[in-house]
Amino acid sequence: MKSTSISSFQLIFVILVIGGLIALALGGYLAPVIRVVLDPFVSVQTWISTRYQTIQDYITAPQDIIRLRTRNLELEAEVSRLQSEIIDLKQQIVETRILSALVEFARIHPEYRYVAASAIGQDPSPFVKYVIINRGSDDDLRRGMPVVTQQGLVGRIAAVTSSAARVQLITDPASSINVKLEPSGAQAVLLGSFTGDLSLEMIPQSASVQIGDLVLTSGLGGNFPGDILVGQITSVRRRETDLSQTAVVQPVVDFSKLQIMLIITNFRPLDIGPLVPTPAAP
Amino acid sequence: MAIVIALPILSFLLVLQSAVFSRIVLLKGTADLVLIALIAWAVQKRVKTAWYWCIIGGLLVSYVSALPLGAVFIGYILAVGFALILRQQVWQVPILAMFIATIVGTILVQMVAYASLRISGTGIPFWQSINLILIPSILINTVLAIPFYALFNDLAKWLYPEVLEV
Repeated sequence: MKSTSISSFQLIFVILVIGGLIALALGGYLAPVIRVVLDPFVSVQTWISTRYQTIQDYITAPQDIIRLRTRNLELEAEVSRLQSEIIDLKQQIVETRILSALVEFARIHPEYRYVAASAIGQDPSPFVKYVIINRGSDDDLRRGMPVVTQQGLVGRIAAVTSSAARVQLITDPASSINVKLEPSGAQAVLLGSFTGDLSLEMIPQSASVQIGDLVLTSGLGGNFPGDILVGQITSVRRRETDLSQTAVVQPVVDFSKLQIMLIITNFRPLDIGPLVPTPAAP
Repeated sequence: MAIVIALPILSFLLVLQSAVFSRIVLLKGTADLVLIALIAWAVQKRVKTAWYWCIIGGLLVSYVSALPLGAVFIGYILAVGFALILRQQVWQVPILAMFIATIVGTILVQMVAYASLRISGTGIPFWQSINLILIPSILINTVLAIPFYALFNDLAKWLYPEVLEV
């Protein structure tokens, strides 16, 4: 009986102590005591945890490096593939733009029929200005057909095989084109040179020629259709003692970047040889 | 075999020249890969088919080029002939023969081309041609002469193996 009451008293005491400690803790009165007790435990745990992490990193690092290198290689390969794709797509964009400009040109000049061709090479000799295109007689191309771009006149076909043709550019030294000047309407002859410059010869002295005047094909001689833009005058030379004026022309077509061009297939150059009077025999 | 292999090699070089090297210009001069190949082949000591290569190369380039008929052919014949003569004179230093033959060969081919155009009525200023075409072409061809000589030296050794006397 007496031991039971002592046990009950002890139990009640313990409960009161624990309740009191909990109340003090909830009230925040034991914070300094808790800090003093827990800090050593926290320091030891931190030390052990840090050492464990170091050991774990040391053991797993080679695997991580290999994984990272593999992933790096995969990503580099993907980047290279995407860069190639970008280059291809950019080239397609350029070609699409050129083709749409050519289509627009064809729409503006509906009287002609066109075949598009790409430049695939140039003449091996630096003295002549010819390009080789990837269309030939199989595509109804014939010698003498004019070649244009949306900017203006390029030249004419000089030789044809079944699947390729050679185009004489207007900058070829042997090229000679009958042109007219706008707005004066004067007739002249456009000559090429291996430097790429174009010169106008035989401009009448009476013609009023200014820098900036446009040069178009006149159609005389029957080698080219009329009114195709060729270039613009950049300088004029006029001397009273000369029979005619001369000028330098800047071509509208950039021959260094010639890629795609149109061949006018329903224009046949005329052969006016029989109409040219021959001098009478002595 | 040495004659048969000329056609694919020279055809490939011509395609490469027309599609790529003609667009790489120094002033207005360009490389002449077929000419350099013919000279590199001609200066090789054991080669006996230089003239066949010259004929094949001349026909190929004449077919593609717009120069007057025969101009390229005559130029290549003169260049290969000079290379063969030089091979006998400077046989101790074949690379020197290659350089000299390339320079002289380029001059001969370009001058024949110029003369043929003048004869056909095309007006080309002479000194402008020298300054803008001939001299730059000589520079480019001379630079390419070294790798071409090395390549064709190996080709000659393969086609004409040295006979060992036992």
